[in-house]
Amino acid sequence: MIFEWNTMLPILGKAIAETFQMISIALVFTIIFGLLIGILLVATDEDGLYDAPLGSRRLGVLVHGVLGFVVNIGRSLPFIILMVVLIPFTRVAVGTSIGPIAASVPLSIAAIPFFARLVEISLREVDSGLIEAAKSLGATRRSIVRNVLLAEARPSIVLGLSTSVISLLNYSAVAGTIGAGGIGDMAIRYGYQRYDNAYLVTTIVILIVVVQLVQIVANRLARRLSHR
Amino acid sequence: MISITDLHKSYPPRKASGRPVQALRGVSLEVADGEIYGVVGTSGAGKSTLIRCVNLLERPTSGRITVAGRDLTTVSEGELRTARHGIGMIFQHFNVLSSRTVQQNVEFGLEITGVPRAARRIRSAEILELVGLGDRASAYPSQLSGGQKQRVGIARALAGNPKVLLSDEATSSLDPETTEQILDLLKTLNAELGLTILLITHEMEVVKRICDSAALIEGGRIVESGKVIDLLNTPGSKIAHALFPLGESHGTPGNTVIEIMYAGHLADDPIVARLSREFGIDVNILGAAVEFVSDKRVGRMRLELPGDLARNEAPIALLRESGLFVEAPAVNAE
Ligand SMILES: Nc1ncnc2c1ncn2[C@@H]1O[C@H](COP(=O)(O)OP(=O)(O)OP(=O)(O)O)[C@@H](O)[C@H]1O
Ligand SMILES: [Mg+2]
Repeated sequence: MIFEWNTMLPILGKAIAETFQMISIALVFTIIFGLLIGILLVATDEDGLYDAPLGSRRLGVLVHGVLGFVVNIGRSLPFIILMVVLIPFTRVAVGTSIGPIAASVPLSIAAIPFFARLVEISLREVDSGLIEAAKSLGATRRSIVRNVLLAEARPSIVLGLSTSVISLLNYSAVAGTIGAGGIGDMAIRYGYQRYDNAYLVTTIVILIVVVQLVQIVANRLARRLSHR
Repeated sequence: MISITDLHKSYPPRKASGRPVQALRGVSLEVADGEIYGVVGTSGAGKSTLIRCVNLLERPTSGRITVAGRDLTTVSEGELRTARHGIGMIFQHFNVLSSRTVQQNVEFGLEITGVPRAARRIRSAEILELVGLGDRASAYPSQLSGGQKQRVGIARALAGNPKVLLSDEATSSLDPETTEQILDLLKTLNAELGLTILLITHEMEVVKRICDSAALIEGGRIVESGKVIDLLNTPGSKIAHALFPLGESHGTPGNTVIEIMYAGHLADDPIVARLSREFGIDVNILGAAVEFVSDKRVGRMRLELPGDLARNEAPIALLRESGLFVEAPAVNAE
């Protein structure tokens, strides 16, 4: 196994940039929609803050049921299948089904339900007594979501987010196999198909280091945010 | 200040086959302006349900709740939020936000009502000083003791200058010494701010120490209520008996056993000595308790007078004439 850095570095640089791009885009959507869906799942549940949106408990049950169902579908499909199924949708959404930007579509759609469930779990752990106290002060629902639910669950949500980032990294390597680019693509193309173990080893080392870094940063941040 | 009329609350059955739980079955209660009113009862009696109905954290099945002249059961959601700004509440488990400092916790209610930052600073510093936490403003709740957390809860509840404070077992998870300090603080706030306090508790000690009025709730009904001093003079009052347990001694058969209660200046009268002197009888004290109930000295005593009731009519009459409440059973049987 020979590391030819002169040929490898440009390839590696491009692959890392692509991976970074697809994960960043997907992460933005994951955070926005994952939080939103996670909050809605908790709020529309029985005795939740919005258990009767527009005054209708039925609507609450419906929203909760539909969201839960959709999230479960998203979570039950293996990423590779989800990605293939979504190709037509991706084409409509971003105009192509190839490249890192296209890959960010299935990546987002896979990670959103995953993160939404983690957000849901974090929010459910917030003591209901705190919500009562906020209500007794005359807080609006919006304020309770922001100042009580999200504020109290913040450390736990940060940890959930790091888990989601790591999943995204995992998915992104799979996406590489169908033309997304990135380090997964590089590992397969050079490492597997050309028997160049240097690319495989480099990929593995990078993935291990990145995952460790993400986790360490998340743990630190969570501890900083937590005043329990 | 708080007026509760014929309040009913039933919870839907837990299982489809079960019956609804009737937590409150027609509760009526009047809390006067500026008083401390305690509702006592055993576990499951409906205390929490009752106090949570007052600010509509729990929606009653039927009945009316008026706070400061306003019927809360009919107002809109927005008006209810406004009304809640005038009704503070403190909790058994404090319910302070762990993500906020003491000061930020206290300012939470002020943020909700849109008080500008500078004014919030001033008010939170002032109220923290009042509850004795002036030096802990920037601490997080996890750095505080239980009693200090409850002080934060109190400061948060009072920051917006409510007229009424609801207390849901606020001292039940504190040790006796801290309980006393918190009760003294509530008493002080009541006196200095003219705050009306409705509290629920299962500890008679709380009633004894700070309550002007009390009610006993059993099985979702108020079975006894009134001024504590008056209850002490009420025949067979369960609250009075619970406040002043007199032990289990019931005297010798053939003698007359009476229970007397006294309040205020009368407590200074040497009653037993007077009976001995005026009637030449040997009075046996079976049990006695003297306590301060909201700063008034009150007591109960169980006395044994020699001979049957007929022989003791004159001494009993003397006691009654001097303003004491005397509970005289029939002649001691057996
Ligand atoms: N959310 C609820 N759903 C169904 N039943 C309830 C609910 N909350 C209370 N109950 C029932 O209502 C009754 C009164 O409960 P409540 O909590 O008011 O009692 P409590 O006097 O506060 O008791 P404790 O001293 O144990 O707190 C109990 O039988 C209880 O099981
Ligand atoms: Mg209770």
